[in-house]
Order: sequence, then structure tokens, then C-alpha cells
Amino acid sequence: MNLLDPLIQGILLGGLYALFAAGLSLMFGVMRIVNLAYGDFAVLAAYGTLIVVNAALISPLAALLIVAPAMAVLGYILQRTILQRTLGLSPLPSLLVTFGLSIIIQNLLLMFGSADQKRLSLGGVDTASITLPFDIRVGVFPLFIFLLAIVILSILSWVTAKTQYGRLVRAVSDDPATVDLQGVNPKQIYALATAIAFGLVAIAGLAAGVQTSFNPTSGSMLLIFAFEAVIIGGLGSLWGTLGGAMILGVAQTVGAAFAPAQQILAGHLVFLLFLAFLPNGLTRRKVRA
Amino acid sequence: MSSAPLLETQNLGRKFGQLQVLSDFDLRVEAGEVLGIIGPNGAGKSTLLSVIGGSVGASTGRILLDNEDITRTSASWRARHGIATSYQIPRPFLEMTVLENLLVASTFAANARGKKAEDLAIGAMKSVGLEGYANNPASSLRLLDRKRLEVARALAANPRILLLDEIAGGLTESEVPELVDLIRHVSASGVTVIWIEHVVHALTAVATRLICLTYGRILAEGEPQAVLNSPEVRSVYLGLDPDGENEAESFVKNRPSEVQKEPNTHA
Repeated sequence: MNLLDPLIQGILLGGLYALFAAGLSLMFGVMRIVNLAYGDFAVLAAYGTLIVVNAALISPLAALLIVAPAMAVLGYILQRTILQRTLGLSPLPSLLVTFGLSIIIQNLLLMFGSADQKRLSLGGVDTASITLPFDIRVGVFPLFIFLLAIVILSILSWVTAKTQYGRLVRAVSDDPATVDLQGVNPKQIYALATAIAFGLVAIAGLAAGVQTSFNPTSGSMLLIFAFEAVIIGGLGSLWGTLGGAMILGVAQTVGAAFAPAQQILAGHLVFLLFLAFLPNGLTRRKVRA
Repeated sequence: MSSAPLLETQNLGRKFGQLQVLSDFDLRVEAGEVLGIIGPNGAGKSTLLSVIGGSVGASTGRILLDNEDITRTSASWRARHGIATSYQIPRPFLEMTVLENLLVASTFAANARGKKAEDLAIGAMKSVGLEGYANNPASSLRLLDRKRLEVARALAANPRILLLDEIAGGLTESEVPELVDLIRHVSASGVTVIWIEHVVHALTAVATRLICLTYGRILAEGEPQAVLNSPEVRSVYLGLDPDGENEAESFVKNRPSEVQKEPNTHA
């Protein structure tokens, strides 16, 4: 059996998961919020893109220029109005509220849309492929998403490590009360981080909508993949998230090469192995509770 | 008519539950002063600094900065408008380096950018003698160095008013004069200082005025030696015979530097 092909497809699939998990990782890293509605916001963004595409007759990529900023604004408002109130000593309120948001979004999508599978089309690009040596065919779009994920993660990690705002984000993540005494209201940083995460979720939603089909309830599965990528990679580490996403992608595609119906199960099994033997993930960074 | 003071509190009060920690507190601080505050534990000294710094709200009364009511402003607003605090228990950003900790203050509290922010941060770092640790994570610092970093962070904020809460506690006898020199230098550069301290001889070396607090009220106020010699302060704070002559002075001079064993809160 040729495993090189599923290996490469899996790595590329990891790009999609990494793109998706980056926002989740960011929100957790800055605010210690586990956003259970994250997958549903990606699906919401995919539906939003579909609506813009049909209304304005433009390509989904062009529609993203409208949808991504709109999602960022939604994230900002959501943080200032609802999520901010859930922050505190216990993680429970934010889990309950984001779980509630997840149910609301799924039902709103069912109400105003339908339960049909939808797909975003890029014309010919989404099915185009290039042939690599050893007769391995690689989709142009998955390759593009993989490279995009690396670019976005590079920008995020450069900003966090080297810039004044990155320092501020790390400071807020460490001790928000002290940041307040250094002249910055942590709530603003929280809202900004959420806005960035929601902009990312719009990009991830588009990518998922092109590569696979979606319906109002696909968010839950996307969330699980993002979770698994973040945990395999190690909480709070962006590059760890990319590694985790690639491991998950490879596990799924290699698993599918052996038993096509068990693609998702294979991913879950690898995830469970990590939980059992490397519970802190690849990067082994200890995270404050 | 005298001009408005730099900082003024009117009827300032703070209650924690039923405990009135600060009551009817009137204070005028002129620009350029070094105001020392002493008082027994629980007198409300730290609460006073926290209420002025904005991390604790006032229950009653007003705080005026340049004759402008700032009572309802946030701690971050006050940090941006020149009020910086060095707290008794240091809380550095543990996962960041010493220099990065200071850059957060100089960039956002002092609103400096680029080279200017770096100069401020490096200047603050040098003035407390931490330049050898610039790229070490704050979590690797000993408690005493964390206290230095806490002072440096307040300096990096380029303050107009510097609030210091027991920064000499734990220093050795030879380190206290260095600290006094630092505060004198900061004061000479035009910064107004309000300094709470139990190491009284450090305070009297630099303070232009001394206040003794007890039960959230002013017990005595004025020229430092006069306050220390007043009968009330002698009995309430120094625990001396109120009528004895010159005892206070010798007590202050001979007092060991109170090597306090503080719990390491970051352990």
C-alpha cells in the first residue's frame, strides 16, 4: 500500500485544522475561554459567505473581504456584551454560555436555511490539482489553505513574540489585573483578541466550506477537530497547534487508506493515545488553571 | 488664595464590609513633595495608596488631580495620567523577561513608542540595578529582585506621582541608603512621591513631610522629626513613653532594618 499519498494529503488537511484551531487557541490563551460555539461560528461564516456570493454574484474569496471583517465585528461585540460577563474564577459560565450560543446558532441556521448540505464553489480552482513526483496529486486549494495557515500562524507568533501589542497580550494572559495598572483596560485586549479569532474563523469557515460540504450542524464536528489539534499540540502554543493539526490530519487520511469508513475514528484514536501518554501535548507547556 | 495642589482627597472613605478602613480622609499633596506615611499595621496605609492608584474604589469622598475630579476613573486611566504604584507584593508578568515587563509599562502607561519606550524601560532597569537580568524571565528573580522590578515598573511608567508601598522592607542595612538615593534622585527629577514605609529612617532621610495614620485617620502630620517626636506618634506607633526626651530619634536611628520574612506569594 502506498502511504506517501495519504501522508501528504493528511499534512495538507492539517493546514485546514490548524487554521481553524488557531482562533480557538488564541481565545483560550488570552482569556482562558473555551469557546464551544467556535465551530458553529465557522459554519455561520460559511453561510454568510454563501449569501454574499449569491446576492452579489462574486467569488467566495471576494466575499471573504466582507464576511471576515463582519465576523470580527461580531466577535468584538459578542465579547464586550456577553462573553466578558462570563469571565471569572470558574470556567463554567463561559462553557455554559458558549454551549448555549452553539445551540442558538444551529437552530437559527436551520430556521432561516435548511438542513441540506451546502458547498462553496471556487469555479475550477477547488478541484484543480498539480502532480508531484511519485505520481502524487495535490489539490491546489488544500495546498493554498496549508500555506495560508503557515503564513497566518507565522504572523500571529511574530506579533506575540516581538511587538508591543504581543507583549500586552502575553501580559494580559498572565495577569489582567496588573495590566489594568499599566494603563490598559484588559477588556479591550479581550475584545480585540476575540475579533481576531472571529476573523480567523471566517477564513476557516470558507476553507471548510470549499473543501467539504456543510450543514447547520457541521460546527460540532469542526469544533472537535480543532480541539483535538489544540490538545495534541499543547495548549497555548501556536506552532504546537500546527503540529497537532498535521498529526490529526495524517491520522485521518492514513486511517482512511486502511478503512475508508473509519477516517474520523482513526483521528480520535490517535487523540486518545496522546491524552493517555502525552497529556500536555507536543510542546509540554504547563498551563495555569 | 493658594493654587490647587497636584493631588487632593476630600472626605475620602473606604469600607470593606462593615470595616471602615479609611474615613473622612483629607489630604493635599503639592507638586514636588516627598510625603512619607507611617502608621501601625492595619491603619489603612495600603488602602489609601490603592484608592489613589485606582485599583480599589472609594466608598465616599473625592480624589482630585490638578483640581479635576478623578474619583470615578479606572486604574488604567490613572496609570496613563501619571499615577504609578509600586505595590508591597510584587506581581510581575512571570513568563516575560525583566525588560519586557518594563516595556509594557513604558509603552502603555507612559505612552512612549519605539526607542523612547526602550530608553524609559532601560533607564528604570538601571536605576534599580537590574540591568544584569534584562533578558531573564521575571519568574527566575528572587523576591528582593522582584521588589526591585516592581519599583522599576512604576518608574518606567514615567509618573508625575509615584506611590510606593513598603519598598524598603527586606533590604539589608547597606541597601537602604541606595534606595534613599534613588528616591531622592527621582524626586529631584520633578516626580511627586508618596511613600509608605516601616523602615522609618529611610523615610526621614528623604521625606519633606510625614503623616502618621491610625484607624484610617491622620494622627499627626508635619515636619518628619516633629511628627516622630509628637506624644501621640510616640505612644501609638513607636510604642514609647509619650513624655520621654529624644528617645524617638535614637529609636529610629538604632532600629534594625527589619529584615522581614515575607511569604513568597509566587511560590
